[in-house]
Amino acid sequence: MIVGEQKPIEDIMSFIDGYERILLAGCHGCVTVCCAGGQKEVDVLASMIELGRMKRRQPCKITKITLERQCDVEFLEELIAKSKDHDVILSMACGAGVQLVAENAGNMKVLPAINTNFIGAIHEKGVWGERCQTCGDCKLHLTGGICPVTRCSKSLMNGPCGGSRDGKCEVNSEISCGWQLIIDRLEATGCLDQYENILEPADWSRSRDGGPRKLVREDLR
Amino acid sequence: MNPSKSNLKTVLESGQFAVTAEAGPPRGAKPEVVRQKAKILKGCVDACNVTDNQTSVVRMCSLAACKILRDEGIDAVMQMVCRDRNRIAAQSDILGAAALGISNLLCLSGDHQTFGDHPQAKNVFDIDSIHLLQIVAGMRDKSKFSGGKDVDGPPDLFIGAAANPFADPFKIQVPRLAKKVAAGAQFIQTQCIFNLDKFIEFMKGVRDRGLHEKTYILAGITPIKSAPMVEYMATKVAGMDVPAAVIERIKGVEKKSQKKEGIKIAVETIQRLREIEGVRGVHIMAIEWEEAVPEIVHQAGLKTR
Repeated sequence: MIVGEQKPIEDIMSFIDGYERILLAGCHGCVTVCCAGGQKEVDVLASMIELGRMKRRQPCKITKITLERQCDVEFLEELIAKSKDHDVILSMACGAGVQLVAENAGNMKVLPAINTNFIGAIHEKGVWGERCQTCGDCKLHLTGGICPVTRCSKSLMNGPCGGSRDGKCEVNSEISCGWQLIIDRLEATGCLDQYENILEPADWSRSRDGGPRKLVREDLR
Repeated sequence: MNPSKSNLKTVLESGQFAVTAEAGPPRGAKPEVVRQKAKILKGCVDACNVTDNQTSVVRMCSLAACKILRDEGIDAVMQMVCRDRNRIAAQSDILGAAALGISNLLCLSGDHQTFGDHPQAKNVFDIDSIHLLQIVAGMRDKSKFSGGKDVDGPPDLFIGAAANPFADPFKIQVPRLAKKVAAGAQFIQTQCIFNLDKFIEFMKGVRDRGLHEKTYILAGITPIKSAPMVEYMATKVAGMDVPAAVIERIKGVEKKSQKKEGIKIAVETIQRLREIEGVRGVHIMAIEWEEAVPEIVHQAGLKTR
């Protein structure tokens, strides 16, 4: 899923400074699962903003709404209709959601309340880890199911580098060496002999380097 | 000096025990700093590496510093990392280097930028060091760019790579060297060796695979300058293995004699390395202490060049 976290409250307060009627929009998608922008977080953030503005003697009116998904035009209608009576939309969706709302909000200003961090998995309650950089050319079949692009700090296709020590990355001891993980998995699955195959340079044109990407599925159109 | 001929290659092919050193370029635009290092090293090394923004700290580019060394009569080994340049920039710099008479290239991945003084930088890592080896070999031997188009005037370069026998996982280090050799590495310069037992084990693995007959291995040496330096290397530098006994030995002598002791350790290490089958030379990395190189070369009884 897409993992995000709320921006510092001071940043959010500075974005909305001067606006009185705020439409605060959550999303039931990924940001609900990672506890950053779902219904619950909308309620908490609304209270914090109201309290902050009361303290500054600049009260505001907040309307709360949580959409099924902000990254799908189908679900935006209610939000856009409601926005007419407001000064600003504060979105708690991921970057894709905020942008789609902005594209459909006419002359209404749309502001982000969360930072979108990565595509990742839950390690344990309250801990998420990055798993995919959406390079568009998945190589997990060659690397024991561990992604070298994401899990190696240098995205080496033929790692590990000389900085791998005790299973940890040279960047810091909190990061597992991606290539140690790959080698461990290759060994566990009886494929360690594959290690000596040189993996080709990535085709980054299939990644963001080819420009903003678009996926067209004729079978679904 | 023949501008397109690698002296390092000639020395290694002749079977002589080679000596290379390392010169870190300055953090400024003063060519005289490089010239000064060249004066110290001339006559005691077969070639001299110039690091490429090592530890991700900005310095004069390796290409320019190599050209200055070359003009001073030293065969330069240009180090090139994948951290800061994509395949377009890498190939462009390779052509430029060859055009200026630089005849050796060491292909590296590069330290992560978080170590340096610009941790906010975006890294490139379009390709890795093994790809870089393949690309240079392809440009030289097949006159082809990595994109497939023809090179008009291939670069004549002696191509090298690094090996770190002390990185983990240990069991993968010989296979990793085999990958680099398969990719085109004609010579190898290793991480500095303080843990000789581990290096001996690594070299056994290298010989078992016959890799010592396919590439020239130059063993890395770093003279220890002081007790704080060895402690820093042992704890802060990525990929280093400094046994406690080495640290204790330096700490065991008084401060003013630590440099002398560091050189003594380096000389003893070289003498032991020379006995290892498959070690074809040494690469002396005297970090910001180039003056140590002539002394080590002399004390180790290595032929003055």
